[in-house]
Amino acid sequence: MASVKAGGAHSASREDTAAVEFDLAQTPLREVNRFLHRDARSKGVSRVRILNPDGAHSIACGLTSAFDIEIYGHVGYYVGGMNQHASITVHGNAGPGAGENMMSGTIRIDGFASMGAGASAHGGCLIIHGDASLRCGISLKGGDIVVGGSVGSFSAFMAQAGRIVICGDASDALGDSLYEAVIYLRGKVRSLGADARFEPMQPADLASVTELLDVAGFKHDPKEFQRIASAKSLYHWNADANQEY
Amino acid sequence: MCGIVGLLVKNPAWRDRLGELMVPMLIGMSSRGPDSAGLAVFSEPVPNPQHKLSLYSGSAGVDWSQLLERLAAAVEYQHHLTAIANHAVLTTVADPQTVVDWLTANTPAVHVLSVGRSIDLYKDTGAPAAIAERYSFNRLRGTHLVGHTRMATESAVTPAHAHPFTAGHDFCLVHNGSLSNPHLVRRKLEPLGIRFVTDNDTEAACRFFEWRMREGDDLVTAVHRGFEELDGFFTFLMGTDEELLVVRDWFACKPAVVAETDDYVAIASEFRSLAHLPGIKHASVFEPKPAEVYSWRV
Repeated sequence: MASVKAGGAHSASREDTAAVEFDLAQTPLREVNRFLHRDARSKGVSRVRILNPDGAHSIACGLTSAFDIEIYGHVGYYVGGMNQHASITVHGNAGPGAGENMMSGTIRIDGFASMGAGASAHGGCLIIHGDASLRCGISLKGGDIVVGGSVGSFSAFMAQAGRIVICGDASDALGDSLYEAVIYLRGKVRSLGADARFEPMQPADLASVTELLDVAGFKHDPKEFQRIASAKSLYHWNADANQEY
Repeated sequence: MCGIVGLLVKNPAWRDRLGELMVPMLIGMSSRGPDSAGLAVFSEPVPNPQHKLSLYSGSAGVDWSQLLERLAAAVEYQHHLTAIANHAVLTTVADPQTVVDWLTANTPAVHVLSVGRSIDLYKDTGAPAAIAERYSFNRLRGTHLVGHTRMATESAVTPAHAHPFTAGHDFCLVHNGSLSNPHLVRRKLEPLGIRFVTDNDTEAACRFFEWRMREGDDLVTAVHRGFEELDGFFTFLMGTDEELLVVRDWFACKPAVVAETDDYVAIASEFRSLAHLPGIKHASVFEPKPAEVYSWRV
């Protein structure tokens, strides 16, 4: 087995063991996931390559160990969902819900990610090289998301904690009803959502953007990014607003 | 939930393989739509002044040759009929509406699924793989097709409620999603003399677009009017004799992915229905953006 380059920046110090390879054209997905959950650790396997995913759902979901997983091709729904500690790289596009509810670790998508990428992620870092579709980082709860391209409408809707770096543009209603999550946008936004506003970049913001661009490996000047955060006017009920926000 | 699939072959040499390429696409969407399936295939039009009608007899077990004899006695034109199981394609030089009216009045067990010069339509209840087998979908030839696997959420599971829906000539539509105002649309169309066959939400969209095209809109313009009139979630895939068109609502709740090469454009709810296609590794793969109309012509 040829050695494989580790996927995410978080996995650089991992022990260099031989990778185990699965071809989903030959092996049922359930067998692969069972191996990852039950057998891999007892066999001392930490590096896994998955070929021909062909849009399969729920590949490498719910992992709790520091695996390096490389997937060659396009994946379907929920790749790396609920991930803890693992570093997962998709050499292709991802379907809806990539890295949904991830807790820690790194997920890297070489291509584009469909809707709901990184939804409700509590921790870890989701890196998307291409565009992310609608509702990227919806209800984010503490994870980091770095998007090399643009994001679709309603991204970061009700995001509670965490950071989202967008190197391209954003569509409508960015950051609608934000809580404490912060968005850094390099390009243009078609419209901000209710209660989202541009705020001055502070040194801590520049440090965040620098750190996240570095993790992702994206070459941009952090000074090109603008901070978007909650105006917090929705934190308390305003009976006089007459439902107009 | 439902699955949609569409395929248009640009390379004429691939027209003989249309059905063979499509069957794995349709079966790939079985988990999104296990209760019914159907597809419309568009091929070389029958010569003027012929039309063809896709007919479906359900479980009634119609004697197709007897039907043809009765039709020939009543409507004195040349008719030709090819049957597979409970499905038949009737080719006629008579006015197609006259034939439809005669069938409606005289053969209550027979349902007219489509009318046109290019379209053949098959739909039924059951697993997509079983339906593909029942009607030999792998043998279908043509320029493009529109398919659907259904998981019913808002109206009954019957062959008539399966997709594609048709209206007018050489037009069909499949839908992933649900409309919230189909009855409002219906109440607008019925006073114009537009008749509905089912209580299904998708039929309202189909008849709305066809009405707009009869009023002079092209399909793209009709779809833009649809954004004003149709409320709800949708990814619509539509076919005419000349064009394959996909559109998603503003919120893009329902998935869609497109793969395009020099030889074909293929559309599905999910990539797993496209993964088997030849040359897919080098295809341009993208998701249609919300409220943008994507159309490919034959």
